[in-house]
Amino acid sequence: MTTNTTDHPTAAARFIANSDRMHWHDKAIWAARTRRDNASRSVPEWETLRELASRIKQHTMSRLDEYLEQFEANATRLGAQVHWARDAAEHNAIVAGILQQRGAKHVVKSKSMLTEECGLNPHLEQLGIEITDTDLGEWIVQLRHEHPSHIVTPAIHIMKEEVGQLFHEQLGTAAGATDPQYLVEAARKHLREKFLAAEVGITGVNFAVAETGGFVVCTNEGNADLGVSLPKVHIACMGIEKLIPRLTDLGVFLRLLARSATGQPITTYSSHFHGPRPGGELHIVLVDNRRSELLGSSDFQRTLKCIRCGACFNTCPVYRRSGGHSYGVTVGGPIGSIINAAREPKLHKSLPFASSLCGSCSDVCPVKIDLHQQLFVSRRHLASLGLVPKGKRFGITLAAAVFSRPRLYRLVGRLTRFGLRVLPRSLVYNRWNIWGRQRDLPPAPKYSFHELNRQRQRKDDAYK
Amino acid sequence: MRIGLFIPCYIDQFYPHVGLATLNLLESFGLQVEFPEEQTCCGQPMANAGVHDDARPLAKRFLNVFAGYKCIVSPSGSCVAMVRHHFEQVLGPSPELEYVAHKTFELCEFLTDVLKIDRLTGSFPHRVGLHQSCHGLRELRAASDSELVGPAFNKPRQLLASLTGIELTELSRPDECCGFGGLFAVSEEAVSCTMGLDRIADHERAGTEILTATDMSCLMHLDGLIRRQHKAIRVMHIAEIFAEARGINSADGLLA
Amino acid sequence: MTSKEIILGSIRRNRPAPGELPCLNESWTKFVDPRKKFIEVLESVGGKAIVARDQNDLAKQIESLPQIADAQTVASLVSGFGSRNIDVAAMDSPHGLSHVDVAILPGEFGVAENAAVWVTDRQVPLRVLYFLCQHLTLVIPAASIVDHMHAAYDRLIAHDRFGHDTATSRHFGVFIAGPSKTADIEQSLVIGAHGPRSLTVCLVEQC
Repeated sequence: MTTNTTDHPTAAARFIANSDRMHWHDKAIWAARTRRDNASRSVPEWETLRELASRIKQHTMSRLDEYLEQFEANATRLGAQVHWARDAAEHNAIVAGILQQRGAKHVVKSKSMLTEECGLNPHLEQLGIEITDTDLGEWIVQLRHEHPSHIVTPAIHIMKEEVGQLFHEQLGTAAGATDPQYLVEAARKHLREKFLAAEVGITGVNFAVAETGGFVVCTNEGNADLGVSLPKVHIACMGIEKLIPRLTDLGVFLRLLARSATGQPITTYSSHFHGPRPGGELHIVLVDNRRSELLGSSDFQRTLKCIRCGACFNTCPVYRRSGGHSYGVTVGGPIGSIINAAREPKLHKSLPFASSLCGSCSDVCPVKIDLHQQLFVSRRHLASLGLVPKGKRFGITLAAAVFSRPRLYRLVGRLTRFGLRVLPRSLVYNRWNIWGRQRDLPPAPKYSFHELNRQRQRKDDAYK
Repeated sequence: MRIGLFIPCYIDQFYPHVGLATLNLLESFGLQVEFPEEQTCCGQPMANAGVHDDARPLAKRFLNVFAGYKCIVSPSGSCVAMVRHHFEQVLGPSPELEYVAHKTFELCEFLTDVLKIDRLTGSFPHRVGLHQSCHGLRELRAASDSELVGPAFNKPRQLLASLTGIELTELSRPDECCGFGGLFAVSEEAVSCTMGLDRIADHERAGTEILTATDMSCLMHLDGLIRRQHKAIRVMHIAEIFAEARGINSADGLLA
Repeated sequence: MTSKEIILGSIRRNRPAPGELPCLNESWTKFVDPRKKFIEVLESVGGKAIVARDQNDLAKQIESLPQIADAQTVASLVSGFGSRNIDVAAMDSPHGLSHVDVAILPGEFGVAENAAVWVTDRQVPLRVLYFLCQHLTLVIPAASIVDHMHAAYDRLIAHDRFGHDTATSRHFGVFIAGPSKTADIEQSLVIGAHGPRSLTVCLVEQC
């Protein structure tokens, strides 16, 4: 949860200032995009799958209440306990309540952007409950007291030397060790103890199936499964938009998810939970947190199709060069920019403008959210709320007034070009000339196309 | 066929030779081309800033100015995308929109789809790097992009490749954005410039001598970076390449 | 009003226009040799494949796996291959399995496009065994390999009534595709994260 205004341009400029590091970050994430391309091209029916996934999600949204009730009935029949949380605070209270009733002090959690969104960890820690994030990337950022910078690879902004240093300080690994194999082995040993000692395991939900009352959790590390197969209690936290109608729909989504996220044909583990295990408890927390409100927005409702694959992050040239933290929100990148600006326009008004509208995100989205169009609409939404900066607004209106008057436009054009040609460079490239910081302005020709065309016509007429 | 020539405001003011090259090129195919003088701007910067109220009168003007033409052609993918894809959002549906918007084409797509030209006669013995401008690519679908899975095609590249002597360079990221993005170039200056510099580096590694695109806005941004860094790469709009290859001297006899 | 009522009320007020639920009978890509594709993909994700003619051949091949030779504790729920230093059936707590070096467990079928093996807790009541062991070996009939995930779910729905039949519905199932792994440290792929360090899939021709 954020309460600070995001200033993406400033945060981005800071990130870029360390050019070597920024390029390293960009290359690492571009590699993920390349892996996604290879994976998608290996599936001839890829575009069909995207279209089907989009339509399945769209259909689900149009009957979400019915499917949620169907899901709850089936999950309950299987022995799960279903809880409903209106917002983040209620979600946290429900989870804390389950833990406190059982006197649980040691909890393990696999990756769940929803629990990040709700701020679950700080809430539990305040109550004296130890909660360990077991996804390696999440655990690394947890140890560093940071937020994840990417929804699939949370520690992508961290270099192996830094992980080595962190583990040396916190786990006692060898000083200066950077070999990922060695570091992972250390994490494995340490976290294994946490799994074995945990009293409750918390997971997210990738897909919940209305017709069966079950849900699917996808991981590569096996941490979600270890986290819920050892303790007796499993709490699964899900946003209400994670529902799909039928078991067979999973065929479409599981073919798309990992290929889009990491370029793998499927995650190592795609675990299907139907009811608690014998002698155990399964709690499912259904969270709204303004999703139902977004459902009613004809502009932004389509963002609820999102399956949190991160493909839009990987392809975004802005995200790759500015880093996840520059967005200042739990889920950043293209999808996060739209959702957060829709929910808290004042705080996140810079986010929809952190884009050149290149459209790459829309074409990699496995559920065909027209992300770049949504960003365009977000901007209109912000402008209608009066959230475009005054100076920019004034400039736009002035320009529009000039462009509405052709003779004035031509005069302003001539004067501007004249000014650029005669003014000394030091005056032109002053500190207000932001364009001019790293770029030259275009050379200012003597005649505009209008004027040259007139000359051309006079010349042609002269020959007639 | 009476063609209306739509010259974006920044080409009119800063790159008039691109306008001339486009005009001369179209006339070289025997077309009757008119430049309605009352045109100014399609309203894209206003719409991209979210200020549809300021874009609306400009969009309306555009429809009036270009009302009488069978076809409207422009050397700019992003301005054409504004007309074909965003005018409806700005103006709401209307018959004038139907009539004008769908008859507005970017230059290369006009050549391949309307004039049915797949090969250009002409010679251009240079190493040319094609920058895939995003709006032309992902909105107008002038070429297949690297994201979608499907048959490959590329209208601007196909036309370039047909020129004798030309060598098209291969980039490591064939269609990554240059970072211009309109006002983004100023509001997110650091990101914009770093994106542009990365594109230029890709072209340098590929051996590009002349960097071209269907959008002068991308080229204006890249050229700005190139000139500030005193790099050797030259920038030419694709219309200028086609015109030069066909021996058409845009500024012939004009005071320029 | 309960939270449930509030949420459902909010959804009902805000529901978008109806959209059809698509039917999924497309002609999906199939493989000429699904077994070959399965093995190819399994190896590409760091797994290992063994093809055994029959139960006897299977037992011999498992015996000669390097991880078996070094193993102190082997938990087997596959007939024809016994456990070593552990009585899995007598285990009543998952924590008792924490020292298992190698687990040899039955799977139900494989999926060619992604080398996934579907396993459940029907024959392996202590499901943690799939994840807690150091090395995992799964055994499936070679003929059980389907082409793609759509076929996998068709099979789950048709054969197993997975999730539907009350008697069998309370089950855990997982598609396991390769050994556990992570690339969270500078995108360097490391095989063996929290789950098993290796996966060997045995395809038995005659069961």
